[in-house]
Amino acid sequence: MDRKTLAAAFPATVPVLMGYLAIGMAFGLMLQTAGYGVGWAFLMSLTIYAGSGQYLGVSLLATGAHLSQVAFLTLMINFRHLVYGLSMLEKFRGMGVRKFYMIFSLTDETYALLSAAKVPEGIDEHRYYFAVAMLDHSYWIAGSVLGSVLGSALGFDTTGVDFAMTALFLVIAVGQWKKAGSHLPALLGAAATLLSLLVVGADDMLLPALGMIVILLTVLRGRLGDAECVNVREEEGSCR
Amino acid sequence: MPLSPLETLASIFVMSVVTFFTRALPFLLFDRGDHPPKIVLYLGKVLPPAIIAMLIVYCLKGVTFTSLGGWLPTLLAGVTAVLLHLWKGNDLLSIFGATGLYMVLVQAVFA
Repeated sequence: MDRKTLAAAFPATVPVLMGYLAIGMAFGLMLQTAGYGVGWAFLMSLTIYAGSGQYLGVSLLATGAHLSQVAFLTLMINFRHLVYGLSMLEKFRGMGVRKFYMIFSLTDETYALLSAAKVPEGIDEHRYYFAVAMLDHSYWIAGSVLGSVLGSALGFDTTGVDFAMTALFLVIAVGQWKKAGSHLPALLGAAATLLSLLVVGADDMLLPALGMIVILLTVLRGRLGDAECVNVREEEGSCR
Repeated sequence: MPLSPLETLASIFVMSVVTFFTRALPFLLFDRGDHPPKIVLYLGKVLPPAIIAMLIVYCLKGVTFTSLGGWLPTLLAGVTAVLLHLWKGNDLLSIFGATGLYMVLVQAVFA
């Protein structure tokens, strides 16, 4: 990675720097509180690299969830990546080996930067995309390591820091609510999960809830398919 | 820590492989210019809000109603997150404002 490209990409990534340091630190703190030290924070942020996925991961590790549940929940919470990939097919074409890293590092924030990217004059666009992706990833790792180290070094009472996960999901939900064509999917998701919590209890609530959600949404496709613009591919951004 | 180090490694491995898979799937399926099936695009659009709503309820599973401290901090902090976000629309402010309030409430007010 040459300096010129890094220097050109850096300004665009500053908002992500702030965000990832903060959210990454909260992750490191949460993981520390769950009994996993800085090595684990580093490993998870290096190899998984997904904000909400890793927040959920803390709770899965802390409750000792079964591997099948880990796999299924990770799949579901990351399902939205499918839509991101669809709009990056063209951008990543011809990137060779680097494409694997581009796909691996396609987080919400990197997706947002890449879809809005204006590559500066005289800079190779593929190198620029790669630099953005690497910078973002390094911020995320730095944030989680920092949070974990600070959490153990300062020794302050971290009780309640896990609310950051609830707050993150609430913030995402508010954003989705504002731009949704129909609020039915969100309401249905909440209702199905609440029902599952009441019927099967807190320990096994997620899989039945997911099952209900997928089935109900598939059944409601005729009704919801019109409200939600599904032609993501034709005019990216027109549906948002 | 209910898991052994080896079990933890296995869990992290599964999370990383599955996460990569969700990111790679569109490239595996549609990189040759095929159009994605409508049902995939539809689910890709309607699932995320439903899943996030599910996770919010999941986060609230520890709430109890036997004492004020079992539910009021969560309610106050949750409302704070939503209101802050509707007001300023700044992710960090909403998340850290609400988490800070929650920590103060559970550590000092309802301890």
